[in-house]
Amino acid sequence: MKKTDVIIIGAGPVGLFAVHQLGIKGLKAVVIDNLDKAGGQCIELYPDKPIYDIPAVPECTGEELTKRLQEQIKPFKTELYLNERVEEVRPEKEYWIVKTNNKKEFIAPNIIIAGGVGSFEPRKISLKECERFEGKSVFYAVKNKDNFKNKNISIFGGGDSALDWALELSKFSKITLIHRRDEFRGAQHTLSEIRKLEQEGKIFIKTPCQIDSLESENELKSIIIKYDGGKTEKIPTDVILGFFGLIMKLGPIAEWGLNMDKKTIEVNPENFETNKKGIFAVGDICSYPGKLKLILSGFHEVALASVECFKRARPNEKYRFEFTTSSKTIQGRLGKK
Amino acid sequence: MPKITYKDNQGNSKTIEVEKGLTVMEGAIQNDIPGIDADCGGAMACATCHVYVEENWLNKLPKAEEAEEDMIDMAYEPKKNSRLSCQIILTDELDGLEVTTPEKQS
Repeated sequence: MKKTDVIIIGAGPVGLFAVHQLGIKGLKAVVIDNLDKAGGQCIELYPDKPIYDIPAVPECTGEELTKRLQEQIKPFKTELYLNERVEEVRPEKEYWIVKTNNKKEFIAPNIIIAGGVGSFEPRKISLKECERFEGKSVFYAVKNKDNFKNKNISIFGGGDSALDWALELSKFSKITLIHRRDEFRGAQHTLSEIRKLEQEGKIFIKTPCQIDSLESENELKSIIIKYDGGKTEKIPTDVILGFFGLIMKLGPIAEWGLNMDKKTIEVNPENFETNKKGIFAVGDICSYPGKLKLILSGFHEVALASVECFKRARPNEKYRFEFTTSSKTIQGRLGKK
Repeated sequence: MPKITYKDNQGNSKTIEVEKGLTVMEGAIQNDIPGIDADCGGAMACATCHVYVEENWLNKLPKAEEAEEDMIDMAYEPKKNSRLSCQIILTDELDGLEVTTPEKQS
């Protein structure tokens, strides 16, 4: 079990900035996130879209903002635990123990929940029958391409993931690409490649249509797709791949005994503490009168929460408010001499 | 104020007055209309405020931008009359608008 001062749940912009605010106060933290990279919604939902309301940064994309924050917290050498979803939070005297889906355990006097709208999970095919085949012949990600060789593969979706995998897997499997409208929105050169393969008869494109039903015995045999006009078509299929982006699910957070308001956690706006001592919520996931779901509000929230974290992590020390411009101690922590 | 009717897929419906300038999504959230999640808060980034617009109203709405169509690709059971309710801004012309929420948003 790893011991630290603060366990930060969520590696979005606010979770990352929490590392900074805690770090300059001399507190150690770990960051845990369900995704395979830092950035949260900034990276998953709008990596290329410009953000115009970060103070002193007239314009930057979600990806740039994430990179800059990672640069800013480098001096603190904080460990990021990615691909880990926090499942369980339980008290142990004055401490909290956090356990992830991969059975990693952490202990700290403080937890900062910077969980956005919850954890990202792949959006699934709406057809109920698909559930039965999930993980066997219905997938929402390709982990090992070797499992997708010499198969009849039906790929659903119109974005980059659908197009990229159609192209890649067409090297050794028969691909049918199915999308609800005629337009695809992936990269133009990928699309031209795919159109070329379509002409050569290596990839089949079916639009505008959606999945209607499955035909199976013990195993998936084929799928029936339905065109906008109502016409249906049967496609022999061993594997279905669905790429409909990610959806945010609150997940286990709802079961930790925190006071909730719909999908958000109620906090005290003085220090962003929840109804549980030592558990804080900041960013999009917290609610208090007048709350705005802005990145800049999250930065403010985490600055205040970090002060309370200090008091709990260093009960015998007095908290001293300091400026980064003038404090030698802070400059030392930032590696500036 | 324009009146909006929100229906669910079970046939229940609720008509409320929503201030001009707000979106159909905001009208739903502020009035606790179930069936619209709006996880991203109106940034056209999540497709959880997806609604079906009654056919006779469809051509009275400004056409969906490409980015909205791209996001609708991700929605639960999109149809020809699918729109993101965060992108429908209410005007007097939309008084009487009827939208239906899908079975679920994700």
